[in-house]
Order: sequence, then C-alpha cells, then structure tokens
Amino acid sequence: MTTQEKGWKEIPMAGVCWKPSTQYLTGDWKTYKPIRDLEKCTRCVLCVLFCPDGAIHWKPEKEDIEFDYNFCKGCGICANECPVDAIEMKLEEET
Amino acid sequence: MALVKQKMLALNGDEAVAYAAKQSDVDVVAAYPITPQTIIVERFSEYVANGEVDTEFVCVESEHSALTACLTAAATGARAFTATASAGLALMHEILYVTSGCRAPVVMAVVNRALSAPINIHCDHSDSMVERDCGWIQIYVENSQEVYDSIIQAFKIAENPGLLLPVMVGLDGFTLSHTLENVQTLPDDLVKTFVGTRQFPLVTTHEGKTVPFKLDPKTPETIGPLDLHDYYFEHKRQQEEAMRIAPKIIQQVHEEYAKISGRRYGDGLIEPHYLEDAETAIVCVGSTSGTVKTVVNELRSKRMKVGLLRLRTFRPLPVKEITKALENVKAVAVMDRSLSFGGHGGAVFHEIRHILYDASTHPYVVNYIYGLGGRDTNPNLMHKIYRDLQRILETQRIEEPVQFIGLRE
Amino acid sequence: MFSEWKFTAKDIAEKPDLFMSGHRACAGCAPATVLRLIMKALRGPTIVTFATGCMEVVSTIYPYTSWKIPYIHTAFENVAANASGIEAALKILKKKGRIPQEHVDVIAFAGDGGTYDIGIQALSGAVERGHDFLYVLYDNEAYMNTGIQRSGGTPHGASTTTSPAGTVIPGKLEYKKPIADIMVAHDIPYAATASPHYWKDLITKARKGIEVNGPAFLHVFAPCPRGWRSDISKSIEISHLAVETCIFPLWEAINGEHQLSAPSKVMALRPERKKPVREYLQLQGRFRHLFTPKFEKVIDEIQRITDERWQRLLKKCNIA
Repeated sequence: MTTQEKGWKEIPMAGVCWKPSTQYLTGDWKTYKPIRDLEKCTRCVLCVLFCPDGAIHWKPEKEDIEFDYNFCKGCGICANECPVDAIEMKLEEET
Repeated sequence: MALVKQKMLALNGDEAVAYAAKQSDVDVVAAYPITPQTIIVERFSEYVANGEVDTEFVCVESEHSALTACLTAAATGARAFTATASAGLALMHEILYVTSGCRAPVVMAVVNRALSAPINIHCDHSDSMVERDCGWIQIYVENSQEVYDSIIQAFKIAENPGLLLPVMVGLDGFTLSHTLENVQTLPDDLVKTFVGTRQFPLVTTHEGKTVPFKLDPKTPETIGPLDLHDYYFEHKRQQEEAMRIAPKIIQQVHEEYAKISGRRYGDGLIEPHYLEDAETAIVCVGSTSGTVKTVVNELRSKRMKVGLLRLRTFRPLPVKEITKALENVKAVAVMDRSLSFGGHGGAVFHEIRHILYDASTHPYVVNYIYGLGGRDTNPNLMHKIYRDLQRILETQRIEEPVQFIGLRE
Repeated sequence: MFSEWKFTAKDIAEKPDLFMSGHRACAGCAPATVLRLIMKALRGPTIVTFATGCMEVVSTIYPYTSWKIPYIHTAFENVAANASGIEAALKILKKKGRIPQEHVDVIAFAGDGGTYDIGIQALSGAVERGHDFLYVLYDNEAYMNTGIQRSGGTPHGASTTTSPAGTVIPGKLEYKKPIADIMVAHDIPYAATASPHYWKDLITKARKGIEVNGPAFLHVFAPCPRGWRSDISKSIEISHLAVETCIFPLWEAINGEHQLSAPSKVMALRPERKKPVREYLQLQGRFRHLFTPKFEKVIDEIQRITDERWQRLLKKCNIA
C-alpha cells in the first residue's frame, strides 16, 4: 500500500498527519476470516468490544452486527471470546 | 512613532530576562533551577506569588521535563518560556530537536556555562555551541540591556506564523547573569502590544480540514508522528527552509523593536564595529565583545586599522552578512569560548572559516580559544591578538592556526 | 465523587471509535483493544498524549493517523511531562479567555517501557505536582516495540530478549515492580488496575480516572501475543486468567483506600475459584522453559510471589 509521494513543499508543516488510518486497509493481513453463524449469535456484542481493530460493528438501526473485512486481521479473538461459539475462523481462500 | 519614556532599572542579566518574560505575557513557564540561571526562575516565581503575572509556573522535576512541558504547552497554543544552562541544556538535548521538529515556538534563555566534567559553574559557550545543529534560532547577547531587548524580540520571532522555530537567547553566565547593569525597560503595555497574542499558521489535517496548527478538540490534529524513510528527509528540509527565511524575520523584528526602543544591535544578525576599513579584525560572540570594543577603540585612537565583528545571531548563520562585513579585512582572529575537542578549533572559527572559503577575498583566519570555565578574559589578551594578527600580515604566515589564550602553559 | 455512569455493552458498541481502524498493531494485540475501550470512556473534549512505544508507532505512521482526537507525541520518557504542559496551557489559556471555558480532559498513555523505567521520573514529578490528568499504563510486560526486551514490569521467570531463558538462567530473575503501589504511595486521589477481559470494569475505571480532579493512574494488563509467544486469539482469555490466578488482581485505591474490584473480590471470597498460576503460564511461550525439569521450581516461586502479593493486597483491602 503506497501513498503518492509528495515533495517537501506540499506536505503540511511539523509532521501533522493528513490521512486517517481508515484509508489504510489492514484486511489483507488476514489468513483466517471470522464467519458468524447468524442463528447462534445472540448479539451480545462482546466481539464488537474486544476486536483490537474495531473491525466489528454494531448497527443499531439493523439491530445486527457487521464484520468489516477491510480491517479484520483474522486474529480470532472474536471467535475465542464468543460465549456461544457463533464465530468460526475459516481459511480465507475457502470462504 | 515617537519614543516612549523608558524606565531605567538596576538589573542583573537574569533579572532582566525574568522581567522581559514577565512583560511579554508568557502563558506557561516550566523550568528547573541550575546555576547561574537560578535567579531567573526565582524572580519569576516571585512575580507569580505576588500575582504580577498571569502565568502557569510549573516547577518541573528536571530540565528534560521543563522543555517537554514548554513544547506541549506551546503545541496547545500557549506562549511558553524556560531557561537553563550547561548540564540542564545538555539534559534537554533530545527535546531540543523534538521542539524544533514539532515547530513549537518556545523561547529559552541559556545562561552560558561550561559543561562538566570537572563540574564548573562559570561562563563558557560549550553548552549552547554544541546545540547549534538542533534547529533552534540562536542569539547571543553582549550585555543585560540586550538580553532584555532580545527576549522580547524572541517571542515575536519564534511565533511568526511563517517561521515557527524555537529561539534560544544566550547570555554569559555570571559575567552578565549576576552583574548589575542599568537596563532601560519599556512600559508593560508597549511590550505586550509589541509581542501581541499568538497567531497560528494553518495546516491541513487528517480530516481534510485546513485549521490552525495547535491541539484543539474542535479541530483534532496528530502532532509528532512516526516518519519512515519516505518522509523524514522532507520534514527536515522544511525545517531548513524555515531557517532560511529566519534572517529576514529576525531583522524585521529587530527593526520594529528599534523603532519603539531606539536600540539597535547592528542589523540584528551581526554587529560590525569599525570594520569598513579594518585590516585586522576579531570575530567574537557574547559579552567579551564588549571588552574587544574597548580595545578596538583604544587602538583606533592610535590610528590602527582594527575592527570587531560581533556575531549576534549564530543560527541561522548570517553567511551573506558576515562575508560582506569581512570583505576588506586581511586577517581575522575568531575568538571561541568553547572547543571542539580534536576538531581543530572552536565552533565559531569553523563557521567563519568555511564561510570565507567561498568569499572572493581570502583573509588569514586564526582561532583563539579563551575563557573556558569562566577564565577571566582581560583586554591584554585582545591586545595580544591584534598584535598577532599584525604579525601575520607582516610575515604573511600563520604559525599556529588554533591557539589558547589566557591558559597557563 | 464519581458520576456512577451506567452503560450497557450495546451503549459502548454504538459509540464511534475515536481510535480508528487501520492501525498497524499485530493481529490479536490486547493493548489495541485496551485503547479502543478507554476511548469509549471519554466524557467530552479530550487531548491524548503518548510515549514512544507500540501503540504510538502503530497508530501514527505518517501520513496516517488513527486518532480522531487531538494527539501529541514527543519522546519516550516524558509523556507525563507532555501531559503537564498541555494541562498547564489549558488552564492558563482558559483563565485568559483565549480558549473556550469548557473543560478538556488530558490523558497520557504509555507502555511499561515508558512508565516503569525511563518514564518514572516524569510520572513521579507530574503526580507530585498534582496535574489534573489520567495516566494509562498499558502493560505488556516488556519493551515490545524495540523487540521484546525486559522492563521493570516483566514478571519473574519470563523470557525476554535481554533476559532470555538460557541453559543456566531461567529468564528474568527480578520481580515485577509494583508500579501501582508506587503511585498510591504518591498520595494521588485515584489509582486502579484493570484488565481488558473485564471491559466494563476497565471502562468504568477509565471514566473515574478522567473525572477525578487531580492525577489518576490506571494500570491496565495488556497481553502481547508476539512478545509472550501466545496464540493471537487468546489475548483476552489470558487477560482473564491473569485475574483468575490473582497474578494481576483488580482493585482501586480511592484517596489511598484500597478496595477490590468485583472479579478479584470473587477470588477473595471464594478462594477455591482461584486458579493455579500454571494454567496462566502454560499458554505463553515466554514461560515455556519453566515446564522443564531444570526450571520447574520457578513455577513454584511464581506461585509463591503471586500468593504473597495477593495476601498483602487483601490486607490493604481489609479482607482477612
């Protein structure tokens, strides 16, 4: 993932960052992908809270959870912590 | 503008610094005591205790934290000031670079004192000369009047939105810091108007907004990121660019201040003394320049064509101005109150010599290391230097480019 | 003294992340979870400042930043001095009417590197001066960002790159510096320990630390799968076991008065629930050498020191 290289005259002074990290998609890091069983899931949202990358979202308007695979690194914490084993880590190429 | 009535106060150099900072509406002072700067922090603490200033005074636990706190205070939008010397400046070393890298316009008085070991509390320039690479503007003063004037100017220079570089003002330890002088001071409101309130340049942030450069919850910014090899070089080039426009701003502020105070120090960058037709000249930094001036005046009364170039602004190095000032001089002695061990002389010598390498005329340039650890530097030594320079001109030879003067052999 | 903020998991889940996705922390990094959760505890305008370390590096690789709120980083050993400067500036600028009168919270974050060792001077100074800020220590028990070197927070028997488990020496011989106790000894109004498995407790304590007027210290246990050689999916589980074994008990000291937090209170009232340290150690490769005949006595020593510190804590909490 490369940024267009700007010269010293174009970048803001003092090293002030000019891109939000949400433009850096870390989802391609993963080998395993969390797949949620929609029936087992109780929407306890523990996975939403524990994800180190904030890659799982609670959508109150849908009253459901959404995985953002653009940022999921496949660590499996969500699967490990799910109290009802609703999440399975599957090899990405198989999904 | 007509000159206002100024109040003459008997102040030593440290007191003059504290007084100037007081009048400059400083917001945050974070400082740690070290001889010979202690009077600055003590006097300022008195101002705070008596409600004479509206300043948050943070009694930090080390100089490293002092400069850190000033840096982040400045980043938050405050006018920040600190003072130190010698080992304290050395302890700040890491943060000096961080301050200039973060473009925080901190103003610092450095009461020049020797570095250990052995420990010595007296004047020499080893503490701040070694920091000449850190990206701070460096101004060295000749007397307490000048330190009062320079501290006030420093805020205006540092905070210039097109510049935003920290400024250190060096005054000789004990010689200036602890000696009483008659200092003409401006009225409070005039100083306050002169320094004004902080203006902030605009930066574009990660939200895509162009907002004032400071930490403000309404306009979040990230300051002090990690640079990889793809951007660090460019950031440093930006700092260098700021240093390149600094001379103009220093001179501008100097001129503006001259209009309200009636006082000038050369052109703000260098102060030539009888250089127009001088054949030999001394280049000097700091209070010793005052002594050299007396010697020059004495020799001039005997029709000797001698002169002095006092270097006031050391960073940015006034290359053009120095080259022009020395263009007719045939032999130059650079006095250094610090030494680069194993480096063939002192910092000022290195820089003057390398500037003159590109000049159309190539005078003889020699170095005299003097006054280390507060060694008394009396006029006889300068007389000797001028005699040496004369001999160089007569023999067309330099016997020894780097010499020590005032040292017991 | 505190607002008694009540919230549910969904309340927290709904709050937008102020520590944004796209940071470059390792997969399974518990410190990242800790930061996300603490960012949910903010009550209003906040400025954060970081010490050099893992979280600082992964979240601010120029030109990207993961911080939705104002952020500054300067150096490694001085985050508490950073916070001091920010807090002083906010105070005086408000007094002079140069910024709006609303309160702005200041939070300083550092790892065990920037806290236990190189950062302790600035931290001690800042809390002695009584600045109003929250200091969060995310403790992954070694200088992780520079390559897993031991810190004052590394526990006894752990293998790090500067205290490696060799054939003669079984990892770090020294013990974990009781940093939170040191902070309590500074007479600060609020000090607490937390662990990300107990997310509600962590968020509540972060909010309390923010609300307290004066210095607050929050010591958060934050497993690092990379440095601890543990399964990347088990970082939160390990932070659970740490409490269940009483290796990392959860407590608060409010104006110096200790009280156990619910998860550790359970261990005190039901000692049969307390798990042996073995269960915690066996999940981590940094303790793997202890499961050999030569060094297995170290496990007993770890159990001993854990129990001793646990008993000391119970005494402070007035529990027999």
